[in-house]
Amino acid sequence: MAEPRENVLHVENVTMQFGGVVAVNNLSLDVDKGEIVALIGPNGAGKTTAFNVITGVYQPTNGRVQFQGDTIIENHPRGKMRKNYLGENAELYSNSIVRTPDRITKLGIARTFQNIRLFKAMTVFENVLIATHMRSEANVFSATFGLNRREEMANRELAMELIEMVGLKDEADVLATSLPYGKQRRLEIARALATKPSLLLLDEPAAGMNPQETDDLADFICRIKAAFHLSIFVIEHHMDLIMSISDRIYVLNFGKLIAQGTPEEIQNNQIVIDAYLGTGKTN
Amino acid sequence: MSKMKEKAVSSKMNGGYVPGSSGHVYQKRRDPHHVRSAVLTIAACILLAALMAFYQKNASDHSYAISIIERSAVYAVAAAAMNLVTGFTGLFSLGAAGFMAIGAYTTAVLTIPLSARASVYYMNGIAPWLENLQVPVLVAMILGGLISAGFAALIGIPVLRLKSDYLAIATLGFAEIIRTVLAAPMMDQITNGSYGLNNIPGFTNIFQPLILAAVCIAIMMLLLHSSYGRAFKAVRDDEVAAEAMGINLFRTKELSFVISSFFMGISGGMLALFMRSIDTKTFQITMTYNILLIVVLGGIGSITGSIIGALLINGGQEWLRFLDEPLTVGGVSIPLFRPGFRMVIYSIVLMVVVLFWRRGIMGDREFSWNHLFSVFRRKKKASQGGAQ
Repeated sequence: MAEPRENVLHVENVTMQFGGVVAVNNLSLDVDKGEIVALIGPNGAGKTTAFNVITGVYQPTNGRVQFQGDTIIENHPRGKMRKNYLGENAELYSNSIVRTPDRITKLGIARTFQNIRLFKAMTVFENVLIATHMRSEANVFSATFGLNRREEMANRELAMELIEMVGLKDEADVLATSLPYGKQRRLEIARALATKPSLLLLDEPAAGMNPQETDDLADFICRIKAAFHLSIFVIEHHMDLIMSISDRIYVLNFGKLIAQGTPEEIQNNQIVIDAYLGTGKTN
Repeated sequence: MSKMKEKAVSSKMNGGYVPGSSGHVYQKRRDPHHVRSAVLTIAACILLAALMAFYQKNASDHSYAISIIERSAVYAVAAAAMNLVTGFTGLFSLGAAGFMAIGAYTTAVLTIPLSARASVYYMNGIAPWLENLQVPVLVAMILGGLISAGFAALIGIPVLRLKSDYLAIATLGFAEIIRTVLAAPMMDQITNGSYGLNNIPGFTNIFQPLILAAVCIAIMMLLLHSSYGRAFKAVRDDEVAAEAMGINLFRTKELSFVISSFFMGISGGMLALFMRSIDTKTFQITMTYNILLIVVLGGIGSITGSIIGALLINGGQEWLRFLDEPLTVGGVSIPLFRPGFRMVIYSIVLMVVVLFWRRGIMGDREFSWNHLFSVFRRKKKASQGGAQ
C-alpha cells in the first residue's frame, strides 16, 4: 500500500465546443494505476464526448490529455474558434497534438461503445481476433501466404482465451449480432481486452442489463482489472454498480465537473443529488 | 419440428480467471465433412481440366465456348478485384475500366512483336525508345499491374478520404481521365491514339487464362483470409469500431485499393491478350458497369460469387443470342425478334434479379460443398414435410 500512486490518465482543462455548444467545459480528471474511476452525470452531460476526446474521435477545442506521463492530445482554440471560444484557459496551451483513434488504441487505451459497435458480418471469434491485427508484425505478403503462422496461432489462442473468459465459448462461431444484448456487451469488452490495453474505457457497460447481469458485471469488471493489471474508467447510470466498484467518482453536469470524490462522498453530496433529481427551480 | 433445444444460458462468467492459465490450446475447428469436400473439389478440378482439354483438342469446333470461357476468366479476375475493394472493404469505387486500361495498354505496348510494330504504328510512327522494347508476356502483365497499382496509390491519397457516392464519382472521373489521356494525340506514338493497338500476341491455349485467373483469385482469397483481410472487413462493417481496434483506416483502405488495382491491371492485360486488339473505346464506363453487374449478381462480398457471376454474365449474353435472330411461328414473323432484342431481355433479367434477389447468388458467403448439400437436404426435408 505504500506504493506511490502512478498516474495513468491525466485530463487537463479539456473543453470541447461544437459551434456554439460547449459539450465539455474545462474538464480535468485523473485515473491512477489500478483504479476504477467512474464518470457519472445526467443524460447529455458530456460523458461520452469526454470519452471521444480521450480516444481521439474528437479533437478537443482546448486542453491536454496525458497518458502514462506523455502528452498524447493537446489543443488550443485556433482559427475561427479563437474568436468564438466560450471556454476557459485558452492561453494555457500552445501545441496542437492530434492522434487518430487507432494510434490512441496502440498506446494502450481501449474502449467499448455506448451503442454496441460489433462487426456485424463477423463471428464472435473473428470480432475478437480483429483486435490482434494492430500488433501483427507480418506485412501483407507474409500474411497472405501464411508465413506468419506462429503469430497468427498465438493471436487465435489469445482470442479464444478471451472469449472463454467472458463465457462465450459455445457461441464462438455464431454471428456477433445474433447474440443477446448482454452477451454482446461482454463480447465488446473481450474485444477491447484483445488490444492489450493498460487503460480500459467502458461506456455504459450495464445499459440494458437486468439486476442479476449487472451484479455479474461488477464481479467481472473487478476480475479483469486484477487479471490484466488494468485501470478502468467507466461511464454508467446504474448507481448500485458504480457505488460498489469505483474507487473514485467524477460527476459531470452540462459539461462541467460538479463534484468528485469517493462513493460515500458523492452519495451525500447535495449538488449531485440536485443535479440528478432537479432542484425544483430553473436556473 | 417441435424439438426445441433448451440451452441453459448461464450468465456466470468463468470464475477466477487468470490469463494464460487455462491451458487452452486453440484448435482449428475442423469441418466434419472436410474429406468429402476435398475429394469433391479435386474431382471437380479434374473434370474441369478434362473438359478444357477436350475443348482444347477440338479447338476449331469449340472456338465459341472457348472464347466465352476465356472472357469469363478475364472478367472473373476483374470482378474479384472489384469485390475486394467494394464488397470486402466497403469502398464503392468505379475506377475499374481505368485500371484495366492501364494494364491492357502496358501489356499490349510491351508485347506486340517487333516485326509487327511498323504496321501497327503506321499512322503515327512509334516512339524511338519503344521501337525495340519487348518483354515476355507475363512480365508485361505484372508490370501493367504494378503501374496500375502505382496510379491507385497516388489517387488513393486524396480520393479515399471521400465516402460512398463521392468516392464512386471521383474514381469514375479518374477512369475517364485515364481513357482520355490514352487517346490523346500526345500519346499517339505509344498508344497509337484512336487507331488502337493490334497484333497483340494472344493466348495460345485455354489453360493460360484459366491458370492465370486461378492464381490471381487464389491470392486474393488468401489475402482475405489473412489478418489484413479481416481488417478490410472490419473497416467495411464499422469504421469507428475498426479504428478503436487500432486499425488505421486510411492505410487499410489504401492497401485494399492498391491491391485491387494491381489485379485489375492484370485482368486488363489478360483482356488485351484475349482480344488481341484494343482501343480506348473498350474501356468506357460500360466496362465498369459490366464488372459491377457481375459483382452484384454474384454477391457483394463473395469471391466465388464473382466467378459464377462472370460465367453467367458472359455466357448469358451469348446464350440469349437466339433472340437476335428472326423468329417465325406458324408462318407469322414475330416482330420483336430482331438484332438488339437480346440486350433488352438480358437487361430485364438483370433487373428482376436485382429486385428479387438483392443479395446476389451467393450473398456474402463463399461456395462450399457442405452448403450445397445442405441446400438440397433442406429442400428434400421441406418436400417430405409437405407430404406428411
